[in-house]
Amino acid sequence: MTNVPAFAQAQGSQTQAAQVPIGNADIRKPVVEASQGYWRSVWGRLKRDKVTMTVTVILALIVLMAIFAPYVTVYDPYAGGIMRRLKPIGTPGHWLGTDETGRDMWSRLAYGARLSLLTGILPVAVALGVGGLLGVIAGYAGGIVNTLIMRTMDVFYAFPSILLAIAICGMLGSGMTNAILALSIVFIPPMVRISESVTTQVRTLDFVDAARASGTTTSQIIRHHILNNVMGTIIVYATSLISISIVLSAGLSFLGLGAKPPQAEWGLMLTSLRQAIYVQPLVAALPGFMIFITSMCFNLMSDGFRGAMDIKLNK
Amino acid sequence: MFLFATRRLFQALPILLGVSLVVFGLLQIVPGNPIDLLLPPEASPDMIAQMKAEFGFDKPLYIQYFNWLLRALSGNFGNSIFSGQPVNAEVAVALKNTLYLALPAAVLGFSLGILLGMLAAFNSGHWLDKLFSALAIAGVSLPHYWFAIIMVVIFSVTLNVLPAQGMGEGSLAEQIPFLILPVITLSLIPMGVVARLVRATVLDIRSQDFVGALEAKGLGKRRILYHVAKNAAPPVLAIMGLQFGYLLGGSILVETVFNWPGSGNLLNLAIFRRDIPVLQGTILVLAFFFVLLNLAVDIAQAMIDPRIRR
Amino acid sequence: MSTPAPYKVYMPPVPEEIRGGKAQPLLIVDKLRKYFPVRGGVLNRVTAMVKAVDDVTFEVQKGEVLGIVGESGCGKSTTARLVMQLIKPDAGTLVYDGDPVGAFRGISVSALRRKVQMVFQESFASLNPRLSISDSISYAPKMHGTPRAEADERTERLLRDVGLNPAQFARRYPHELSGGQRQRVNIARALALEPKLLILDESVSALDKSVEAQVLNLLVELKQKRDLTYMFISHDLNVVEFISDRVLVMYLGKVVETGPVDEIYRNPRHPYTKALLRSKPSFDPAHRTTEMPLTGDPPSPLNPPSGCRFRTRCAFAESVCAAKVPELAATPDSPPQHEVSCHMFVAGSGHSRAISGGLS
Repeated sequence: MTNVPAFAQAQGSQTQAAQVPIGNADIRKPVVEASQGYWRSVWGRLKRDKVTMTVTVILALIVLMAIFAPYVTVYDPYAGGIMRRLKPIGTPGHWLGTDETGRDMWSRLAYGARLSLLTGILPVAVALGVGGLLGVIAGYAGGIVNTLIMRTMDVFYAFPSILLAIAICGMLGSGMTNAILALSIVFIPPMVRISESVTTQVRTLDFVDAARASGTTTSQIIRHHILNNVMGTIIVYATSLISISIVLSAGLSFLGLGAKPPQAEWGLMLTSLRQAIYVQPLVAALPGFMIFITSMCFNLMSDGFRGAMDIKLNK
Repeated sequence: MFLFATRRLFQALPILLGVSLVVFGLLQIVPGNPIDLLLPPEASPDMIAQMKAEFGFDKPLYIQYFNWLLRALSGNFGNSIFSGQPVNAEVAVALKNTLYLALPAAVLGFSLGILLGMLAAFNSGHWLDKLFSALAIAGVSLPHYWFAIIMVVIFSVTLNVLPAQGMGEGSLAEQIPFLILPVITLSLIPMGVVARLVRATVLDIRSQDFVGALEAKGLGKRRILYHVAKNAAPPVLAIMGLQFGYLLGGSILVETVFNWPGSGNLLNLAIFRRDIPVLQGTILVLAFFFVLLNLAVDIAQAMIDPRIRR
Repeated sequence: MSTPAPYKVYMPPVPEEIRGGKAQPLLIVDKLRKYFPVRGGVLNRVTAMVKAVDDVTFEVQKGEVLGIVGESGCGKSTTARLVMQLIKPDAGTLVYDGDPVGAFRGISVSALRRKVQMVFQESFASLNPRLSISDSISYAPKMHGTPRAEADERTERLLRDVGLNPAQFARRYPHELSGGQRQRVNIARALALEPKLLILDESVSALDKSVEAQVLNLLVELKQKRDLTYMFISHDLNVVEFISDRVLVMYLGKVVETGPVDEIYRNPRHPYTKALLRSKPSFDPAHRTTEMPLTGDPPSPLNPPSGCRFRTRCAFAESVCAAKVPELAATPDSPPQHEVSCHMFVAGSGHSRAISGGLS
């Protein structure tokens, strides 16, 4: 019996397995919780995260305020009046005061949310589509395609983002469309980088090889196996970009490269109220405060989602 | 190491070439005839013809690019349309002024960021961690042009202790008050970014087995900190390089608020004066700086971390 | 078992529906080769080649278990991926049941991939974390056009076959399972296309010993039930001995010895195989391994030694070993299925021990 006992475990349990149905032997943990999918367990974590839930609610309120601006305000955001100029916060009828031409601040902030959110979110959405797709292609294809896409992105990476946005805006001329276009171009390279690196990671996992080994076509693999593993990370990253985008797009308007007077937009409002800062500092600070809060909420929401999604799945 | 450095240098060349292409391409996306942008509106037909010949606008695009690149490489970006001065002289002055802001802002932001990040990481879960993390996230999300205005209201208007704008003249001591507000404002974003990264990296490294092994060996806190810091350095260094680049090129908003005659302000003025040669020159120089900075960071990273040296 | 069992070749009955007939090997691998380029230098040019798999030739008979053993980095896994066509081979031919793969009038790569399936080492990485267990298993059949109801029914049957209760596991996700359970799912997924050949690439190596034994037994049971053929890749000599009918020993991208399992384990010829078997831990204290059978690391596959690749670690290396690459061939005094690639067993090779027929 010199070399056989080495298999004692294997052969021993083989005889055992003849009596016990195979498989139940290594079901050690009893089924307690009902099975839950990945997204459901993410949601379960998010529900318990007070900060993330709070900022998500605040963001939802800001978005609702933008959508229903005509219904939540009394005054026309464009109608001013010399007599009503620069009223302080708490003035009856104008609870957030009035601006330098006597327009109601609450109306301007609510309507301003429309443009500010649009110029903040739209570029990121464009970058998410274009950049995300390019990144997945680069990551999955590898080789020369990857080199071509990634080196091109490196060139755009060589510009500080705000510099690139201002340069493009400056060349194209000011205006909302150009600002959105410029910011989209700015956000595509980081989006490509993230999506490429996640795709590259996922692509090397064995389940992709397993899918290939059972004859799955490339497009099916990308749609069914890569995208659902990559999308979460990319979208979370995009939310953190929105935070930057809100600040940058308002910054472009602040410089006079985005929205044009008399449009209601937070960055532009900040500029036009700059002189009023000596008279009504609190009123003048309101648009900047809105930019700050919105940007911070997107940042915190992105952090919360990232934390909730970073479930240590292995072990 | 030398091989790595030369290889990275070689890899930077096509990027620099690409950067020059983009900057040249910017001129092409300008609506209308570029020649109108290069000349004052009242230019005579003679001037237009002369300009055409000088810039070679009658030639095919790639020849135009080639000529432009050759001139740019020799440091000649043409003359400012607005002032008639050589662009490189204007850019050099502006860049120097920006450095006055960027350097102290970087030192302040990075050291505060590292401090906050370390304190947060080593007190993970404690209220200090929460406070510092909140500060960091506020720094990252802050519209700093707004913060700049608030600082002016508080310190220049209300308290009247610091100048509201400009650069000041005379000796260094006389100039320092002018620096304080813009430097603090500029340091906030790098502070937030660095603090967040330091916290995440240090937490990650502290959870690795080798730190446990060091603790088990009975190493003092200080020695452990040294090991953690050495491992956290490469990613933090990388982000600091990027942030310094942003400070050089991205201070346009803050420079505008404080009316600081740096590269951002020059860019802003060039845009509104439609001064294309100045615009191109500034962007090109800043982007080149940025690429070289990243290159330097890459090499520094490789010097610290042998794993990067491939 | 104090007297050695007589030498056997395990040949279970093969169903007639298999195209090539009983005698036709299920898979013939001929001179398979894969070199990976290594880039370096200032301009990132190809500076060297890793010879991961170098002219590997073998056959897999119908219904057998072919074990492939060797140290890590010897090219076992690359061979598996080459057979699956997950990596494109640089050279060599594959013949599946008489049909050359990817050739005119042969079998297409996609058709091959239905006949040959693979179970990977990492039980977790080989399951898509976003798909439920049943979705993972039924994915390939559904994609190949199996009606939903039929695919779902097959999935249930497969789960039961691998010892998992469908009611309990079908709607679960990979992270909710233990390593052994996940590996059972991986086996079920591999079987979903009803393949003939299953490549098990270190499939049980990452499991706890007790779970490993259960999964091994499951594999034996499934093989008998479904008339499967296995290519079983492992570095674990005990496990390979337990499950294999024939064994292939690889070293640095080359096959050094092959033969029936009892022959290889009881009468190893190649110095490398001998050393490898001596390094196998014994359960008997009287047979404890006391000396280091193999010293040093295998040389880099970047610049493998000339001639015989093992010569740098071989006690019997002579000048001929550096000069000539030994061929894989039967030895005069062993059964014809037992082949060795060593100059010591080739009469007239120039090795001082060659004439005598080797060392014994």
